[in-house]
Amino acid sequence: MANEGVNNGRRRFLTATTAVVGAAGAAAGGYAFLSTWKPSARAQGAGAPVEVDISKLDLEPGARMIVQWRGKPVWIFKRSGEQLSALPTLDERLADPKSDNADQTPAFAKNETRAIKPEIGVLVGICTHLGCSPLFVPELQPQAFDSEWKGGFYCPCHNSRFDLAGRVFSGVPAPSNLEVPPYHFDKANANRVVVGIAPEEAA
Amino acid sequence: MNAKIESAVNGAVDWFNQRTPGLIPFYKKHMSEYYAPKNFNFWYFFGSLALLVLVNQIVTGIFLTMHYKPSAAEAFGSVEYIMRDVEWGWLVRYMHSTGASLFFVVVYLHMFRALIYGSYQKPRELVWVLGMFIFLTLMAEAFLGYVLPWGQMSYWGAQVIINLFSAIPVIGGDLTEFIRGDFLVSDSTLNRFFALHVIALPLVILLLVVLHLGALHEVGSNNPDGVDIKKVKDKATGKPLDGIPFHPYYTVKDLVGVGFFLIIASFIIFFAPTFGDLFLEFDNFNEANPLVTPEHIKPVWYFTPYYAMLRAVPGKLLGVIVMGAATLIFFLLPWLDRSKVRSLRYRGWISKTMITLFCICFVLLGWLGLQSGSETQTLIARICTIFYFGFFITMPIWTSIDKTKPVPERVTSHA
Amino acid sequence: MLKSRISALFAAAVLLVAPALASAAGNVHLEDAQIDLQDKASLQRGAGLFMNYCAACHSLQYMRYSRLAEDLELTPEQVEQFLIKGDAKIGEVMKTGLAKGDGQAWFGKAPPDLSTTARGKIGQEDWIYTFLKSFYVDETRPMGWNNTVLAGASMPNVLWELQGKQRKTEEGFVIQEHERGRLSEAEYDRAILDIAAFLTYVGEPARLKRESLGVWVILFLSFFTLLAYLLKKEYWKDIH
Repeated sequence: MANEGVNNGRRRFLTATTAVVGAAGAAAGGYAFLSTWKPSARAQGAGAPVEVDISKLDLEPGARMIVQWRGKPVWIFKRSGEQLSALPTLDERLADPKSDNADQTPAFAKNETRAIKPEIGVLVGICTHLGCSPLFVPELQPQAFDSEWKGGFYCPCHNSRFDLAGRVFSGVPAPSNLEVPPYHFDKANANRVVVGIAPEEAA
Repeated sequence: MNAKIESAVNGAVDWFNQRTPGLIPFYKKHMSEYYAPKNFNFWYFFGSLALLVLVNQIVTGIFLTMHYKPSAAEAFGSVEYIMRDVEWGWLVRYMHSTGASLFFVVVYLHMFRALIYGSYQKPRELVWVLGMFIFLTLMAEAFLGYVLPWGQMSYWGAQVIINLFSAIPVIGGDLTEFIRGDFLVSDSTLNRFFALHVIALPLVILLLVVLHLGALHEVGSNNPDGVDIKKVKDKATGKPLDGIPFHPYYTVKDLVGVGFFLIIASFIIFFAPTFGDLFLEFDNFNEANPLVTPEHIKPVWYFTPYYAMLRAVPGKLLGVIVMGAATLIFFLLPWLDRSKVRSLRYRGWISKTMITLFCICFVLLGWLGLQSGSETQTLIARICTIFYFGFFITMPIWTSIDKTKPVPERVTSHA
Repeated sequence: MLKSRISALFAAAVLLVAPALASAAGNVHLEDAQIDLQDKASLQRGAGLFMNYCAACHSLQYMRYSRLAEDLELTPEQVEQFLIKGDAKIGEVMKTGLAKGDGQAWFGKAPPDLSTTARGKIGQEDWIYTFLKSFYVDETRPMGWNNTVLAGASMPNVLWELQGKQRKTEEGFVIQEHERGRLSEAEYDRAILDIAAFLTYVGEPARLKRESLGVWVILFLSFFTLLAYLLKKEYWKDIH
């Protein structure tokens, strides 16, 4: 029988090496299997950006278009001058007036109107409370739920309220502003909005 | 560093040990102190390989189920979806289809080992019987699985096999309707086959495998010499002189077997996944069409020996009975074999010839089952079928009269 | 004894595989189509020909336009410009404009989807190639064409402008001088070879990747098996 010490050393080395190489192979295999969970080509095709022709917004003032992107309703609507000037006056009544929460507001939309063009609003129409789709209440008139209403969105499920820039009011169940999806305007055609791609990526 | 890891591991083991005291004795009984004969050869790799393939089928099967749709309208499309749109889906699918065929390669070779070394003889009859139940369940599982892609072969293979049951007198017609859940093979059939294939039969197989290994470990493994290693023990330790602990010696040796097997499997998966129409038949790339019967309906290669017998026997009911008997007669092997000697190494020329002829017969029947059939082929198939059954029926005679050589006290070779 | 048994089993295994590899569609002799799936240009031409001549009736319902871009080394814009007819989006599957019922009504048989045809026919690419070569004028058929590979085919020879009007005589196929197509025979053979290559690719887009990956997997496993073998040898020194 050979020297026990040398034997054990070689055994440990070979065992360790084989184990490491085997683990590497298993990890590669495991990666392939876990990758099957990634959105498939079909899901990516379905989740592709959506091009929207917004020319009808000029024809119908006060209209709100609803398009589907990645299974979510996306609102596109026009804001009048009166509605725009009312926005800054609401700041004290809002939970996140400056849109500090980056989850809801991408960098390109971090401004007073939370938009690329102030007069055109693009918002994901899902209440940040429990997912209902809020109602469009654009008129600057007192409402039953708010005597000083300056236009915005009212969620009938649990009474959450958002202004016309999608900012959430304080004291309502919804915790955050409505999400602004990635979108940009087609360079060649100002009446074309592409929902799904942010301006910096569109370049 | 090593000491720290070691003490941490020991601490964990102690924690478990205090709460399940049987854990370490279990490990000792089945791994580090399970004394297996030291002369295992090539034929002894296939048990552990069968276990490996079983794990492969389960894991790849789970991942396939995440994308597969078990409805007649969507099944075929969902398999194409997996092959094309799901990242790495093609790999999971090919691993599953190749694994299914390799399962039978391994299991047939595993059974062959038992045949040549008499591993089914006393006291291992129960191990053999449990193994046979695994084999039957595996055949059912494979058949059900092949229906799922809902290609032409899936559909018409299901049609043919289910129609076999109509041969049963009196209840046949109602029985086939009951199995199908419909008046024809349809969405109902596919959905229930899916349930059976994905969970019902795998649970049965897992249970049987546990019992199979348990039964084996109770009496200990056979070996190529058929020598009972428990007869000669070390005076001091009480361990068989010709035995070695399964762990680390056979864990390490089986690892090499696994390596070779994976290489062969990879050749198939990456370079020939259809294996020349044998593992994935061409007609299954055409979606099932109840109105168009394929020219050649044939089962997958691992069923063809029995299919050849079915076709060779005149008469529908008789054919079904013969086919069934051919599978079931294997159960009787421990009692048909009257030889006092286990291993072929110490048996005479009669046994060697009979077993060789039997294997040739089996392979020949398998080949015949793949062909479209002709007069000559039917004749050969009939001859082979007769020899097949003759092999078993006359076994009590030729195993008794065959000359045997004296079996040694100790094993004669080791790897 | 054992060795001869093993070699007998092996020989039998080879016999098992051999018949399956013969290339014949029933009694029709199929020509050997030497496609090269690594030739991206061939696949691109095939895709173009398919979209121009075949896609009007035949869908490729499991194939996405975006995948064509990836595998055929085209930009998404090139795919949109040259390959997508109509207003399909690049992430969509390749449907045909032919409505379901119309195909059945006009041809007697709805033109089948061709996504898996290259894998579903005995002879695979040889079948497709020979099929496209084997149309001949047959006044007795509703569309005026028949095909020796698929007798009684409901499909007209959509490539007749390229091939010419092929007729069947005792000596075989003949194309008369005044009925020549735009392409010479060699050019036409090249074109349908490209289509056969494209459809083979469509049958299994992952094929090239799996073959190239296979080399690395087997090399890795060989290395692993070698290590396992050394480990085994080391431990088995204990056993005599």
